[in-house]
Amino acid sequence: MLSFDFEYYKPASIDEAVQLFQSLDRQGKNPSYISGGTELITLGRVNKIVTGAVIDIKAIPECLVLEKQGTQLVFGAAQSLTVVREKQFFPLLSKAIVEIADHTARNKITLGGNICANIIYREAVLPLLLTDSTLAVAGLNGLIQYPINDIFQQTLQLDRGEFLVQVITHKQETELPFVCLKKRRQWDVGYPLLTAAALNKNGQIKLAISGLCSFPFRDKRMEYSLNNRSLSMKARIEEAVSRIPAPVLNDVHGSAEYRVFVLENTLQEILAEWEGAGDA
Amino acid sequence: MHNHTSAEITLNINNEDRTVYVRNADTLLYALREKLGLTGAKPGCLNGDCGACTIIVDGDPMKSCLMLAVEAQGKSIITVEGLQNTAIQTEFIDKFAFQCGYCTPGFIMNCHALMTKYPDADDSVIKDWLESNICRCTGYQEIEAAIKAALAAAKGEPG
Amino acid sequence: MSQSIGKSIYRKEALEKVTGKAKYTDDYPAAGTLHVKLAVSPYAHARIIAIDTSKAGEVPGVRAILLGQPFPLTGEEIKDRPPLAFERVRYHGEPVAAVVADTPHQAKRAAELIAVTYEPLPVINSPREALQPDAVLIHENLETYEKIEHVYPEAKTNIADRTKIRKGNMEQGWTESDVTLEASFSLSPSDHIAMETRCVTAEIRPDGFVVFSSSTQSPYMIMELMSRYFQLEKGKIIVNTPFVGGGYGGKVAVQLELIAYLATLAVGGRPVKLLNTREEDMITSPVHIGLDADIKLGATQEGKLKVAQITYLFDTGAYSDKGVTISRAAAITCTGPYQLENIWCDSLCVYTNHPYATAYRGFSHAELLFVFERAMDMLAKKLNIDPLELRRINAFLPGATTPTQIRLNESTVGNLPQCIDRLKQLMNWKEGQVTQVNGRKIRVKGVSCIWKTSTIDTEASSGVVLTFNVDGSVNILSGIVEIGTGTKTILAQLLAEKLKMDIKKIHVKMEVDTQTTPKHWKTVASRGTLMAGRALLKAADDAVVQLKDTASRVLMCSPDDLEVANDMIYVRDEPDTFIHVKDVCHGYKYPSGHSIGGQVIGRGNYILRHLTHIDHETGAGRPGPEYTVGAQGVEVEFDTKEFTYKVLKAFAVIDIGKVLNKKAAEGQVMGAMSMGLNFGSSETFVVSDDGIILNPRLRTYVPFRYGDHPEYLVHFLETPHIDGPFGARGVGEHGLIGMPAALANSLSIASGVELTMLPLTPESIWKETGGG
Ligand SMILES: Cc1cc2nc3c(=O)[nH]c(=O)nc-3n(C[C@H](O)[C@H](O)[C@H](O)COP(=O)(O)OP(=O)(O)OC[C@H]3O[C@@H](n4cnc5c(N)ncnc54)[C@H](O)[C@@H]3O)c2cc1C
Ligand code: FES
Ligand code: FES
Repeated sequence: MLSFDFEYYKPASIDEAVQLFQSLDRQGKNPSYISGGTELITLGRVNKIVTGAVIDIKAIPECLVLEKQGTQLVFGAAQSLTVVREKQFFPLLSKAIVEIADHTARNKITLGGNICANIIYREAVLPLLLTDSTLAVAGLNGLIQYPINDIFQQTLQLDRGEFLVQVITHKQETELPFVCLKKRRQWDVGYPLLTAAALNKNGQIKLAISGLCSFPFRDKRMEYSLNNRSLSMKARIEEAVSRIPAPVLNDVHGSAEYRVFVLENTLQEILAEWEGAGDA
Repeated sequence: MHNHTSAEITLNINNEDRTVYVRNADTLLYALREKLGLTGAKPGCLNGDCGACTIIVDGDPMKSCLMLAVEAQGKSIITVEGLQNTAIQTEFIDKFAFQCGYCTPGFIMNCHALMTKYPDADDSVIKDWLESNICRCTGYQEIEAAIKAALAAAKGEPG
Repeated sequence: MSQSIGKSIYRKEALEKVTGKAKYTDDYPAAGTLHVKLAVSPYAHARIIAIDTSKAGEVPGVRAILLGQPFPLTGEEIKDRPPLAFERVRYHGEPVAAVVADTPHQAKRAAELIAVTYEPLPVINSPREALQPDAVLIHENLETYEKIEHVYPEAKTNIADRTKIRKGNMEQGWTESDVTLEASFSLSPSDHIAMETRCVTAEIRPDGFVVFSSSTQSPYMIMELMSRYFQLEKGKIIVNTPFVGGGYGGKVAVQLELIAYLATLAVGGRPVKLLNTREEDMITSPVHIGLDADIKLGATQEGKLKVAQITYLFDTGAYSDKGVTISRAAAITCTGPYQLENIWCDSLCVYTNHPYATAYRGFSHAELLFVFERAMDMLAKKLNIDPLELRRINAFLPGATTPTQIRLNESTVGNLPQCIDRLKQLMNWKEGQVTQVNGRKIRVKGVSCIWKTSTIDTEASSGVVLTFNVDGSVNILSGIVEIGTGTKTILAQLLAEKLKMDIKKIHVKMEVDTQTTPKHWKTVASRGTLMAGRALLKAADDAVVQLKDTASRVLMCSPDDLEVANDMIYVRDEPDTFIHVKDVCHGYKYPSGHSIGGQVIGRGNYILRHLTHIDHETGAGRPGPEYTVGAQGVEVEFDTKEFTYKVLKAFAVIDIGKVLNKKAAEGQVMGAMSMGLNFGSSETFVVSDDGIILNPRLRTYVPFRYGDHPEYLVHFLETPHIDGPFGARGVGEHGLIGMPAALANSLSIASGVELTMLPLTPESIWKETGGG
């Protein structure tokens, strides 16, 4: 139950959405885009999101595209996680998605909403970071494409009034071997203790992690350590762990020390996938 | 406060058009229960976690606490009140798949959608779908028996 | 041949439940009803310095705002709790104010605008902390509270009650022991998580009647307590209880009703509704109790238990409500189901700054068995005796005496050795407890024995009324609440059996209305079948007398010659001479028009026999009617590297006296096992150092979901309890109570360390094995 009231708009074009935002903002209504809208409801009920006007992007055709265009795959930001997964365009993304929330919730949660979410996990971002995907963002200057690794820094860095329209991924990147492991405190549904996604491109491992720190990330220095085959597997993992870019979370799902323990095991699993059990 | 924050909307529920006045901030669950008297969908958490409020929207199971009523315009909504004598209802009774019954409408809606979409659902699909609902009374084994028997019955196999 | 007993009859309310038509408290139309929303404490312990309601009062639609008052104080045994906090909050989530408004969202908006200034106080986060000499006192004036006779709060401490068991001669016990074992255990509070959050409506009618509708397990207690706390006339309190969406003990407590009553009073008696959010249901309303415990056992080399010394420190939270009763129940059954001559037990009910506790399925037994049965496994290891063999050697047998010094017989206790033997077969025990699966994984078995009696009020009673319809069908009226246990269907089965009639012609009124439904004490403690069942059989006898009386005059014979069966009343040795029940059950009309008899209304009641309070110094006394026993086990697959595991199978062998409805009984047991495994493996509140509950929602508090469940194997033995209907014993809770211990025993073997804490998450196992 939301105790605040808001206006509701469902624009049919990108332009209309951008203009609406501007005018509602000028009226002091603190407008908010929604896509799946699940956070509006779940964070709204505890007043962690409060808005006077909601702009629902689910009627904008560009936000609903889901197709192969030449060498590229295009995912509309307003498509539900279920639909994105069922298309099976991008196996690693599908694998990451199937561990998010639960099946029914994924019928409502959208790809764009998960990328832009306020909760710290944003697990759908991991495959996109690994494949150097591109994000199409709409704003006053039109639709602009940015490499995700530039524009996603802990969170998606949007200017006020901008919104995410599409995710574009190179087809060949989606065909690379991958591992995606979600570790939870206990049992099979729920937030991650950590989720690690890895891609193997020509023998080089790329790694992105959610749930370990207060934001999802891909860290080049950790990748470097993992790929440093001059070291033993154990040493590579130790070094990678020493390079975690931010404080490790200590919360209801697990202590920081335990997360590190789980991370070490997870990295071993990832390396073992491509290099055999090794000496770890 | 001027009144662009509520509206009269039309929802198609169980194949009937129903007109109802809602706040934009009202969830579909609230509109169904408090405005339309359809109390089959239950509030359990209002946070998308428990599945007690599950209904079917355009063929997919949906947690009606995670959807605004205004978002449901133009969609085909089925609630438990719209199901009668379905295979899954019969099997829920036969397999003792509920006790207090509070989670039951949500489970049944989810199962019904599953059967429609994946008549050949295997164990992993069933698990993926049914993980969305919580039951505190049963040991889930009875629910497993019910969905499997209903799938078999729909295919004309002996349960 | 049995008409109905033992058969898997479908629930009487099955169709209503699968069609969404079954109505729970919040499902009734609320037109004209005002809505109540609570403002709750963000602190675990703080002084309330000021409350500013001015902004809240400006919200349109607000009709009243209620704040805490010094009186009345409430609580079942000790009156220590204001319905709304007064001057001080003692737990995170405690209600501080209540807003009454036209719509739920207006009430919520106003509640969010109530500004409370707090001054934080030191927080007590466990019973052990609470007992430190310098611990802050949570109830400074404990000794001034009103209380019932048999509770013993200790002034200037955080001890709300202490129950003592002193049996035999401890010194002798230790002397006779070759081996001793000492261990300590703990588990933190958690929650029931009934899928239906608690909900209540209240109004005061112009004629002064106070009418509630509540999702409660104890509508008759609401009457009792409302009148006790607010000096209301009992006869003018009406409580309606429709279907209840799960209780598991959590809906025994009377809490929201008090606030709802104050709220309706504040708005001139207009109807009000209070529906908990999930978060409130988890921490504002009472929770599942926590425990710290120390145990010391002594035994001979051969494995004969000689002595047990146990301290249970129950975490009742901020208020004592049911915590005292729970800690007392734990003392009464303080050991596992074993013959022990020498027992010393102190079971304390200790205040902390946690949400306060109430009943939870098993009523302290899952907790105490975790302690005792873990200790049994540790002892078995020390003695190098097979853990099931150790249990068999010491199994409680008829003729032995309980910790409260009651001698049990073949009727009052089931057959434990046979349960153990059956469990051995089911679990393929001779295969061994550990099997290697691969380099990393092992499969491990663990076990626990169980026993439980129900410590219920000595004057607890149950009534049943049977009314006959003109078509010869019968309505059952009973005060049992249909919380999911299916007891009302069992009553129909008992009646079908008794009257030898088709169960389809027996109708059960599911809703309870205290004004018209005969009282059933509380729907708890696995006692519904015994108490209401016996009342029903008596009511059936009463009806039969009436049927025979009228029929005897029509058939012109003595009533003694008549038999009732198959919708007929017939002469026993001349069955062709009969009259249909439908022709007499509303009176018989002669061809002349003269009529005799009238509607047949059967009445029956049952009160538990010979229950006593226990002695304060020794614990001696008869607190409950009979002991259900059983043996349980689990088989887990354990990853020795990551400490993760999956429960593959869960077993229960329970002596339930008589199986009345096979699938329903299995369902009760499986559901309880599921709850026990869940509580053992993942459920707990995560509490910060300052007493804040960090996971009061289902996103972060992890209940089992479909697919997490193991395969359940449930077997029943049938050693009759002579007092029970057709010999049946209580079974609603017993599936739960051995599960945490069995799980902990298996995982202790798997991990190679003696695990001492619940829940057993991979992290907690990792920690206990020295990780971190
Ligand atoms: C039961 C449940 C379990 C969950 N478990 C997980 C989990 O395990 N892992 C995980 O990662 N997440 C999980 N989530 C959180 C979930 O990811 C978020 O609720 C969800 O990602 C939000 O998606 P949405 O499409 O509903 O977004 P919305 O609610 O529409 O939006 C989320 C935020 O993003 C902004 N936004 C939305 N779309 C755009 C856009 N196109 N451009 C710019 N800004 C936009 C909105 O303004 C809002 O602030 C869970 C959620 C639920 C309900
Ligand atoms: S009420 Fe909607 S998921 Fe719980
Ligand atoms: S039947 Fe009670 S929660 Fe499922």
